[in-house]
Amino acid sequence: MVDATYSPRPMRFKVRNLRLWLPLLWIATLIIAAVFAPIFAPHDPLAQDLMLERLPPFFIDGSEPGHLLGTDSLGRDVLSRMIYGARIALFVSVIAAFSTGIFGSTLGLIAGYYGGWWDRVISRLVDIWMAFPPVLFAVLLVAVIGTGLTSVIFAIALIDWTRFARVIRAETMVQAQMDYVDSARIGGARRMATLLSEILPNVLPSIIALLALEMGIAVIVEAILSFVNLSISSDDPTWGSMISEGRGAIHFAWWVLLFPLIALFLTVLSFSTLGEGLKKQFDPVLK
Amino acid sequence: MTDVMTPPQPALFSIKGLHLSFPDRAHRPLFGAAPRIEVLKGLTLDLPEGRITGIVGESGSGKSTLGRVLVRLLAPDAGQVTFDGKDIGALDEDALRPLRRDLQMIFQDPMSSLNPRHKVWRIIAQPMKRYRRGGTRADALKALEKVGLPESFADRYPHELSGGQRQRVGIARAIALEPRFILADEIVSGLDVSSQAQVLSLLKTLAKDMGLTVAFISHDLSVIRHLCDDVIVLNHGEIVDSGPVQTVFEHPKSDITKALLGAIPRPEIDDSWFE
Repeated sequence: MVDATYSPRPMRFKVRNLRLWLPLLWIATLIIAAVFAPIFAPHDPLAQDLMLERLPPFFIDGSEPGHLLGTDSLGRDVLSRMIYGARIALFVSVIAAFSTGIFGSTLGLIAGYYGGWWDRVISRLVDIWMAFPPVLFAVLLVAVIGTGLTSVIFAIALIDWTRFARVIRAETMVQAQMDYVDSARIGGARRMATLLSEILPNVLPSIIALLALEMGIAVIVEAILSFVNLSISSDDPTWGSMISEGRGAIHFAWWVLLFPLIALFLTVLSFSTLGEGLKKQFDPVLK
Repeated sequence: MTDVMTPPQPALFSIKGLHLSFPDRAHRPLFGAAPRIEVLKGLTLDLPEGRITGIVGESGSGKSTLGRVLVRLLAPDAGQVTFDGKDIGALDEDALRPLRRDLQMIFQDPMSSLNPRHKVWRIIAQPMKRYRRGGTRADALKALEKVGLPESFADRYPHELSGGQRQRVGIARAIALEPRFILADEIVSGLDVSSQAQVLSLLKTLAKDMGLTVAFISHDLSVIRHLCDDVIVLNHGEIVDSGPVQTVFEHPKSDITKALLGAIPRPEIDDSWFE
């Protein structure tokens, strides 16, 4: 009576899937470094020692054994500052990405599902928003509401919600056409219940992928705002402020700029690759 | 041959002068409203209680639209749609919701009508829970058993099932609410022939056992002949033929019915095939 065979769903991650594992490895390293920064950092990130200024990294002659990646122009340890910088980068990326994601996805779901007047208002807002150059917008916004991490996070959410709203709106519109939405109606579901328990699970993979991407973007925006001194105070170790300070000394102490730049690059790359990988991983059909 | 032997059944659905049109967005002028395409042009019909009525017609004849009006996924522009003595044509969604338990539907494409993110048992149990008619895993298992699927299917996702199995889940979801009416919209058109036969005989058995009134939409008269008691033939939004299946098949009134009957593959083997 019962036809066809059944193969169990592969639940575990594939070991070969390097596009997922490598980014995860880097992000896990960052998280451990950030959480246990006082243990891993060889020095106080704020401690200055003008006798040891601009020491090169370990593989260049003239380096000091205690300063693996050298020191900056105030004699602060680059590696320690990078490890403490990971704290700020991760904190900003997680909080900013989730606030952006929740705000933008909610508007996208409403516009895509309820359509009509809701859709017109939200879509018009998105159009207007996207006409602003984002970096300039961020700089302006932080200049107006004041500096500090909270302002940076607020600025990211307020600027980048359109990324979520656009994608999730389109996905929701596709899902709303599916027969399972009509069958939920036939089965007595209210509009809101249909949106939350039928459609949302189907757009969730896209939201997760965008969240990972947004974390990378948040790291960049924080670095940009640090670079122009609009994030937290320049004493505090952020990758952006290190890059900014290193810029002035690039000809004779390039390591101050290069190492945080590599960390920034790897982090952003990891987040966006992870986003793509996760989307595939969470799709029960494509897998 | 007339149906004198069966006593007249009271109509569960009674439809009078049903009109429905859609805006034709492709021919929308620069200014003003889009012209409307009339899909249903004043249909009047009864669906007798406890019988399986086939609705047949070519694509574009309005048969699916008629079905969607019956389960009130669409609202009529004009006319009466009386279900069990109550005009449901103009009710809003809140007023319809309590009635929907009695008006269930099985969809053409079970891949699209079963949420890919939900497990089979949850798909079946959720409507039961909404109408406070159970909704536990055990209730879902009972419904699965009725459609001939083993318990082990409860924790699978729709994409892990074959087409025939998916359509059984669709049937299980519809019957789990113990409705009075089920709309089956081209439910076997995506299945292979052996699954078709299984799903059809399952539907027939369940309908007879539960005393269901069924509207069965199909473009295939051989399926209708196998399953239905009555048949309605639609063409361009109008009824061109109707009555008990045998009567319509033996004495087709319209050319459309004759053409559709002509499309049924003949069971005789033609010698010319072997030459």
